Amino acid sequence: MMDYSKILSDTVQNIKPSGIRKFFDIAATMDDVISLGVGEPDFQTPWSVRKAGITSLEKGKTKYTSNSGLLELRREISNYIKRKCTVEYDPTREILISVGGSEAIDATLRAIITPGDEVIIPQPSYVCYEPITQLVGGVPVIIETLAENDFKVTPEQLKNAISEKTKALILPYPCNPTGAIMEKADLEELAEILRDTNIVVISDEIYSELTFAEHDHVSIASIDGMRERTILINGFSKTFSMTGWRLGFACGPQEIISQVTKIHQFAIMCAPTTAQYAAIEALRNCDEAVADMKAEYNRRRRLIVDGFNKAGLTCREPKGAFYAFPCIKSTGLTSEEFCERLLEAKHVAVVPGTAFGQGGEGFVRASYCYSTEHIIEALRRIDEFVKEIQK
Amino acid sequence: MRNELLKLLSTNARYTVEQLAVILAATPEAVAAEIDALEKQGVICGYKTVIDWEKVDATSVSAIIELNVVPKADLGFEEVAERVASYPEVEAVYLMSGGYDLNVVVKGKNLQEVSRFVARELATIDSVTSTATHFVMRRYKEMDVKLIERDKDDRGTFLL
Repeated sequence: MMDYSKILSDTVQNIKPSGIRKFFDIAATMDDVISLGVGEPDFQTPWSVRKAGITSLEKGKTKYTSNSGLLELRREISNYIKRKCTVEYDPTREILISVGGSEAIDATLRAIITPGDEVIIPQPSYVCYEPITQLVGGVPVIIETLAENDFKVTPEQLKNAISEKTKALILPYPCNPTGAIMEKADLEELAEILRDTNIVVISDEIYSELTFAEHDHVSIASIDGMRERTILINGFSKTFSMTGWRLGFACGPQEIISQVTKIHQFAIMCAPTTAQYAAIEALRNCDEAVADMKAEYNRRRRLIVDGFNKAGLTCREPKGAFYAFPCIKSTGLTSEEFCERLLEAKHVAVVPGTAFGQGGEGFVRASYCYSTEHIIEALRRIDEFVKEIQK
Repeated sequence: MRNELLKLLSTNARYTVEQLAVILAATPEAVAAEIDALEKQGVICGYKTVIDWEKVDATSVSAIIELNVVPKADLGFEEVAERVASYPEVEAVYLMSGGYDLNVVVKGKNLQEVSRFVARELATIDSVTSTATHFVMRRYKEMDVKLIERDKDDRGTFLL
């Protein structure tokens, strides 16, 4: 009998599996689950984008592209980032097209981290940052963002987390699961601290278009002195509802991007060619489609936040992404207990905040990438559930 | 608010004023007042439910009738159109460009009833010069609502 624990890498075996496995299993036994649990858009990829992909296949565009991705697409990305973030990146040297924002994050960390380097990770946040850091031999240093700070990273928290071993700071804003954003003034405060260091900011801006605040999304790369130390990561999944196409990009100083590209070249070769052709169309002609989707998300956002507050689960206004992060402490249950009991009693699925870090205890994540009718029904059942708990 | 409100009501007429107010970031009073005004102005003309009658009563039948009409001197097609529209059997009346003049949608309990209606009430109108009746065999989509199998959400229950 093989002892696989002796074969598999120690690092891999030490990475904790996703905490919500058991919820998958429970939900799988139920027929009529009303889920608020997914993290991808319900919209279809705009038709013109799908058509561009199909046309590229009909024309036989099925070979590898250059490692960095189609130059035409990199030019469009450069224009797009200049337009949206007022930062300029040279499409020939400072942009890499990756397999989703996910690969960009992974390859960037692999390019930057020497085993033992510390990586500051704000939590609650997307589940991949900690394990990817560990896989690369990095040491995660967690900042627990707090509700009373609207889940932003504060300058004090950043200062306390920095040591002489700190190599990178991951800044995921707008944030999954909290829906938090960092505004220009917030980023300037962090830049003050980072400016004279060798700390690289890995800015995961995948939800940038879904910013529901007075001002549009601001990238830390646009703040004075930050461009040379920031890798700006974004993609097509959330903005253009292209999750399954697997396409993202990394922008940064060519000294870093060239190394990230080297890793990408060996591990991946190039991002999917079909997706790249489709993405060119997306960047050129889908401003209106994106605005329509954003307006619809915004309507749902108001509905879901109001619904949680009316049910007695305090929900601060999320200004980004498509998640509400209500506090469930008023029920006296833990996050996991709340989710388990809600699922069993009312067949409504939400994700325990603890899936995203210990600081998520007391919260649950509810996505609003569902129709208003679906959300209304879910809220009705949640309201009933909370009333029944409090009896 | 007006356009957004109209779009919301056209997709779901059953939103409560409170729900609309939350979605539009307005007060329920403002929303109620706007709906009131739109009704009075004839912008909102009615609230209907989309029903798949085939599931209730398999024999009921709809037809699309193409009418050719000789328009009247000052009134054009108005008089005929209004007369046709006044019948309860008539669900829709449109003035068309192209090969014929009026498109009329008629609903009846069965094929015979619809045929009788066309023959007795529509074909006999003075200015109607010809009718062509096309029976609806199957409805797939109506008023932007799919009657056939709804799109399934294939995203599963959880995804981080």
